[in-house]
Amino acid sequence: MTEKLLLTGNEAIALGAWEAGLVFASAYPGTPSTEILENLAQYDDVYAEWAPNEKVAVEAAAGASMAGVRSLATMKHVGLNVAADPLFTFSYTGVTGGAVIVTADDPGMHSSQNEQDNRYYALSAKLLMLEPADSEEAKDYTKLAFELSERFDTPVLLRLTTRICHSKGLVTRGERTTVPAVPYRKNIEKFVMTPANAKVRRVDMAGRYAAELAYANGEAAQIGINTVIPAAEQNGDGKKTGVVSAGVAYQYARDVFGDTASYLKLGLTYPMPIDMVREFAATVDTLYVIEELEPYMETQLKAAGIACIGKSLIPEIGELNSDIVRRSVFGTEPERVRSALSSVPRPPSLCAGCPHRGFFYGLSKRKNVIITGDIGCYTLGSAPPLSAIDSCLCMGGSISMGHGAAKAVGAAGSAEKVVAVIGDSTFFHSGVTSLMNIAYNGSAVVTVIMDNRITAMTGQQQNPGTGFTLMGDEAPLVDIPALCASLGIKKEHIRVINPLVLDEVNSALDEALARDEPGVIITRWPCVLKQYSKADASEFGGYETVCVIDAEKCTTCRLCTKTGCPAIVSGEDSVKITGASCTGCAVCEQVCPFDAITRISRSAGTE
Amino acid sequence: MNDKKVKAILLVGVGGQGTILASKILSEGFVSAGYDVKMSEIHGMSQRGGSVSTQIRFGAAVHSPIIGEGEAGVIVAFEKMEALRWLEYLRPGGRIIVNDYEIPSVPILMGAAKYPAGILEELTAKADALVIDAAGIAEGLGNAKAMNIVLLGAAVRAMEGEGLGEIDWKAIMQKNIKPAFLELNLKAFEAGFNA
Repeated sequence: MTEKLLLTGNEAIALGAWEAGLVFASAYPGTPSTEILENLAQYDDVYAEWAPNEKVAVEAAAGASMAGVRSLATMKHVGLNVAADPLFTFSYTGVTGGAVIVTADDPGMHSSQNEQDNRYYALSAKLLMLEPADSEEAKDYTKLAFELSERFDTPVLLRLTTRICHSKGLVTRGERTTVPAVPYRKNIEKFVMTPANAKVRRVDMAGRYAAELAYANGEAAQIGINTVIPAAEQNGDGKKTGVVSAGVAYQYARDVFGDTASYLKLGLTYPMPIDMVREFAATVDTLYVIEELEPYMETQLKAAGIACIGKSLIPEIGELNSDIVRRSVFGTEPERVRSALSSVPRPPSLCAGCPHRGFFYGLSKRKNVIITGDIGCYTLGSAPPLSAIDSCLCMGGSISMGHGAAKAVGAAGSAEKVVAVIGDSTFFHSGVTSLMNIAYNGSAVVTVIMDNRITAMTGQQQNPGTGFTLMGDEAPLVDIPALCASLGIKKEHIRVINPLVLDEVNSALDEALARDEPGVIITRWPCVLKQYSKADASEFGGYETVCVIDAEKCTTCRLCTKTGCPAIVSGEDSVKITGASCTGCAVCEQVCPFDAITRISRSAGTE
Repeated sequence: MNDKKVKAILLVGVGGQGTILASKILSEGFVSAGYDVKMSEIHGMSQRGGSVSTQIRFGAAVHSPIIGEGEAGVIVAFEKMEALRWLEYLRPGGRIIVNDYEIPSVPILMGAAKYPAGILEELTAKADALVIDAAGIAEGLGNAKAMNIVLLGAAVRAMEGEGLGEIDWKAIMQKNIKPAFLELNLKAFEAGFNA
């Protein structure tokens, strides 16, 4: 079996986990990690599920491990913050079946709210950490991670970055090894972290660290996980250059320093194999540390008294690439073609037909409101012309920030009302406890749950509100209005509306904003990209019409363009609707004061 | 595959234009010729009207999965303004294939900015540019959606100038395209190749 496949890092991790005999996997979707579980769900003999959030995923993986099987939890970098509570103590209990936690960091913030460097989680939670540098390593290290987890009795952190997750490289396909479940044995001292037991485990961890460090400096080198690549050619000046690097940064370093440098490529970066680095440093005249984001390795090298050059040259802000490394170290610029023209940015926007548009249009007309937002497609409602989001901090933050803001407004005696905007999946993730807080501690926040019937931003994943699981099985649906009522929101203050009908949006907002008590508006309409289930089709119907502008009636007032719909083209002296993109949602039709927009059948409109 | 140098091709466009399938066929072709291949896709939020780019590097041994400025021997732009956006990644003397096709971005749709004029003239002045009406050619063959395969054909022709070796593109297309659309796409490839 030496079939070579061209796989992304995420696909390779799914393959590696399957080959390693994985039994249980759980995750909350988050770019750039989402496709790992989506791929795992395609394999036989593996159970994979979407958890409501990352904390649940890690706890479920810890439970599966304790019960004796190999388990996996995957998430984006900020997801590990949510899961940090179980993570730190999971490091104390250790495992029965091997457990691997994948953190996918996003240097450069391609699709994230920050670019935190999660290698520090390994350092502070004392977790063995592996960092693959391409797809083949992503597969190999995943398999190794399970072995090391069982050998050292610790969960293992597999740290990826966007380029590892989403770049493709050649991977050798292997066979699945079936790992029999370890029969369950009650072990209170190991798994019940009361202070008395935890104190003992804490001391055990110190012994584990010593064994792991010996492995990092010794065996990891023998099997090529931490490896020295000697210079193939001499430098012109006879001086020897050495580079310590890990992950995708190693690939950039190889392209920039070429064959005249020698490399210490680290695949295992916690514990840092300091003896190995020291030995390597002694063989070169100048030692560079090339790493993305924070000086994680450099700081540890310097603390050990190893002289090196790192962040004094290499930026710690943003994503690296070969050009940046070359410019930073050698000051050289590539030859390139320069254009006198500049292109217009192409920012993402709410899709044509997005159900959020109607609601945001109505909300954007309100004066004296503070609108706390959340993480999801609807964060795009902050962009002009809608500009109907004032904050976006973290998953679930909208409702709790709204609560604090409402209390602040009340204390200051000012006139603003507070609207908190959150998506269905984000509400399930970590908005429920925040809404409970609003009911319990009484703030007159209008909480808007934008229920588009799917987890949309990460690419259409099922969630507890959609009726299906990751593996395609039918599942019970969360009843959102009943859930809100059970949290203590008065039933008569909970309203479900169609967000594409502006009269419904406006009357719901009028009613809720006039109140001095908590209220909930649920906007229920599917994402325009959603593949309808049978239930969706019978509830919402199809997209059978498109909107057209009657040029005779149109005064080019351009009010319809204030909806921010990408199907509406504002020309020099006319406004048109692109039939191919229009879904007939009719928000523009309701906005037009001259009745110039009408709906016609799709077949007639897109010819 | 005796040349040790890493070669690079960049495909750029807008979400929904079919760059992904074209890139997939290209990379599989390079793999079949025995190259080490790395391919990097940036399509964050592409479904919401954003730019899409696929970077392919291939050679005896490839390290970075992403292309540097001034490195791409060939750029295939599925949309004119995207050609302009990525021009700095073209190797001086490299070839840029540009689809004569405009997709205005949101600031342009809203009237807040204008679609830049004179892109084709600028590209022709600054680089070895091949302008193709891929949509027109595909429509002539019966389906405008085959535009991506027209551009693929043109890309393969341009890459041959880079020294590719024998690759059975027909077989790779057969593997990746549904039988019902194969004949159309083979014609589209041919038309692009000879454009």
